[in-house]
Amino acid sequence: MTILMAVYLAGLAAGRLAPAGYARQFRNAPAAPPSRQFPLGTDELGRDSFARLLYGSLVSLSLAPAAAALATIVGAAIGVSAGYLGGWADICLARLIDLFLSVPWLFLLMSARAALPLNVGPLESVTITFLLLGLLGWAAPARVLRAATKNLKDQDFITQAKARGCRPLRVLATHLLPNIRPVLAAQYCMSIPIFILSEANLGFLGLGVAEPLPSWGGLLAGLQNIDAVVNCPWRLAPLALLLLVMICFQILVPVEDAK
Amino acid sequence: MKPAALLVTLLAAQSLGGAPSISEPVRGSELRFCLHSEPKTFNPLMASEDSDEAIRYMTAGVLIRINRLTQVFEPEIAESWRILDSGRKIEFKLREGVRFSDGTPLTPADVRFTLRAIFDPTTHSPAGDPFQIGKQQPTVTELSGRRILVSFPAPMAGVERLFDQIAVVSQRSLELSNRPGEMPSLGSFHVAEYRPGSYVLLVRNPYYWKKDTAGRQLPYLDSVRLLIQQNRDLELMHFLRGETHMIDSMNAELFERLSAKRPDEAHDAGRSLESEQMWFNQVAGAPIPEYRKEWFHSREFRQAISKAINRADLARMVYWNRAVPSIGPISPANLFWFNGNLPAPACDPKAALKLLQTAGFSFSGSKLSDRQGNRVEFSLITNSGNKSREQIAAMIQQDLDRVGIRLNVVTLDFTSLIERISRTFNYESCLLGLVNVDLDPNAQTNIWLSSASNHPWNPSQAAPETEWEAEIDHLIQAQATEVSPRQRKALFDRVQKIVVKESPVLYLVDKNSLSAVSSLLGNASPAMLHPQTFWNIERLYLRKRPEAPGQ
Repeated sequence: MTILMAVYLAGLAAGRLAPAGYARQFRNAPAAPPSRQFPLGTDELGRDSFARLLYGSLVSLSLAPAAAALATIVGAAIGVSAGYLGGWADICLARLIDLFLSVPWLFLLMSARAALPLNVGPLESVTITFLLLGLLGWAAPARVLRAATKNLKDQDFITQAKARGCRPLRVLATHLLPNIRPVLAAQYCMSIPIFILSEANLGFLGLGVAEPLPSWGGLLAGLQNIDAVVNCPWRLAPLALLLLVMICFQILVPVEDAK
Repeated sequence: MKPAALLVTLLAAQSLGGAPSISEPVRGSELRFCLHSEPKTFNPLMASEDSDEAIRYMTAGVLIRINRLTQVFEPEIAESWRILDSGRKIEFKLREGVRFSDGTPLTPADVRFTLRAIFDPTTHSPAGDPFQIGKQQPTVTELSGRRILVSFPAPMAGVERLFDQIAVVSQRSLELSNRPGEMPSLGSFHVAEYRPGSYVLLVRNPYYWKKDTAGRQLPYLDSVRLLIQQNRDLELMHFLRGETHMIDSMNAELFERLSAKRPDEAHDAGRSLESEQMWFNQVAGAPIPEYRKEWFHSREFRQAISKAINRADLARMVYWNRAVPSIGPISPANLFWFNGNLPAPACDPKAALKLLQTAGFSFSGSKLSDRQGNRVEFSLITNSGNKSREQIAAMIQQDLDRVGIRLNVVTLDFTSLIERISRTFNYESCLLGLVNVDLDPNAQTNIWLSSASNHPWNPSQAAPETEWEAEIDHLIQAQATEVSPRQRKALFDRVQKIVVKESPVLYLVDKNSLSAVSSLLGNASPAMLHPQTFWNIERLYLRKRPEAPGQ
């Protein structure tokens, strides 16, 4: 958690740490090696790689948790409803979950991206990208939460609550949801790295965050030139940071799960 | 005088590798290189994609061939030809002793059959499209003395070049085109085997008519293996491992990687016919705000954007100086047709701002606004996955920011992009590349005519919507029926001048022609025209790999 916070805070302080900004092109210094002015060198267009890494981290670490929250909330609403209501509602919602899980995400996202209005700024564009990820990524949490709810709803304490005349909404709010909170938290924590990687995949394909805003996906696309990476190992910094963040999230999940 | 004959004087400067080596050609061996997609057809009359055309080039016999290095027409199956009746007719005299790869002799009836099939609109042959003038088709007559006469309904300027694309076939070979291994052909090779997803194997045509200066029968190579490989990085890896012998049409990034490792095998043939360009949507009914349409219809606005873009930086940074700033619609590599009187565009943001201000735009607080106070902001679409184009877009974004214009770059998958620029017209500006494979402007009528579906900025107009487009229409049609090369050139020079002045398309950079050729390959002389590396396939040969010391 400390590392994640440190990365996020560095992103917030990007304006001070890397005053050159992420967009300015120093055209007399393309693909420059690390220096005092550019601690991680510059990219092929002469942009400060350090600034781009900090801003990219801020973008990914700000929006991925928001998208994960959206996906978890939608997933919880559908999964818990299916598990708790049972019968036809469960069958229909379970089929809907299966349908969403079987949809090829990448193509769906590409189509959705193509259908969006063109004249949106880079920040709006990245927000829309993560919003789409959140709206399309609810099915996996929904399936887990449906199973958790089905397990819980036949437990004695739920039966007792019903027998005492608790209304369904009250049963859900006061008895069921507090007991599936660890599952919810785990799903939320698991979704964040998934969304970061999804954006990275889209960025790698050139379909994620619009220029000139950086994102981890866009920065990773610079690693396609293996020769350049071998000669300029500092270009691996985005990959190293992404791996570090992913590992942190993986460590975080069992901690949350165990609570 | 044939149009291409005028090009002859300008050719030597383009030849990059010096004179091809002809010392001691070695017979035998297998040449290997990659096709970048699966062949769609083996029917040479229907070839339309790069892979089909590469196979057709090596396996087909044509009446006339354009020498890719000298840009001059050369006789092939036709030992001579002449243009008659002010371009309304062309007469070919066929070469004696030409045989298909199964030993069957070529007859004038085969040539007549081929040409009739090509000219028949129901065949839908891409090579036949340029011959469709009005409702009348050209007629083919067999004359005595192995002569064939083709008559056109109207004069056709520069018609010889079209025969470079027409593979002469027999009825039998066409019937066998879905069994490529059995299909006889007239070229230096014929298809022996096709393994989908893996390779196409071509083997030597034992009856090929061409001989070298020493009287030895061509081709020198026994076979050509075309590996199907879409990934250009893997293609380079195959080459570096010595598993393939050449790479055509390399991008600058891969070329730089090759140059760093094998400078002797990296060939830069200089400026090519390929360019990158940007245009604004000028379709009247496009679903974009009216005030933006007004900007895009303003000549001053388009000229100002052109002046604000730093083309030299694009060439230097995106293409590592393996490209040069474009001057106009025709690359100077097209030696005859390029209008040398056009001014080279200079990056001048101050002049751009001045031009915008004269057109009613105002610049304050680093923002540009139009007369109604609308902030000048528009989107630029390009295809995703093309790193060079994404970089160009990012650089234009910064260039335009200097004159207060906000540019939103949007990368789309190619299908969505084509849908927007050709059907829905829901876009504002577009960045794409143009691959010109033909030197003659007649091949570009589908771009210049206002009624054409590929007229980039405002396609399929019922009638020209501007005076200058009407003039371009007139000039293009006039040069298409003018037989005098000098007159044609004058007419097309005027087209280029109008296009540069009106700036409906902003030409950004002309890319260099980059290829890789193994040092084992003899007689290789990469050219600017396609196919760059194997245009003289029948004369290529492979030297033996030098043995390592101690072996």
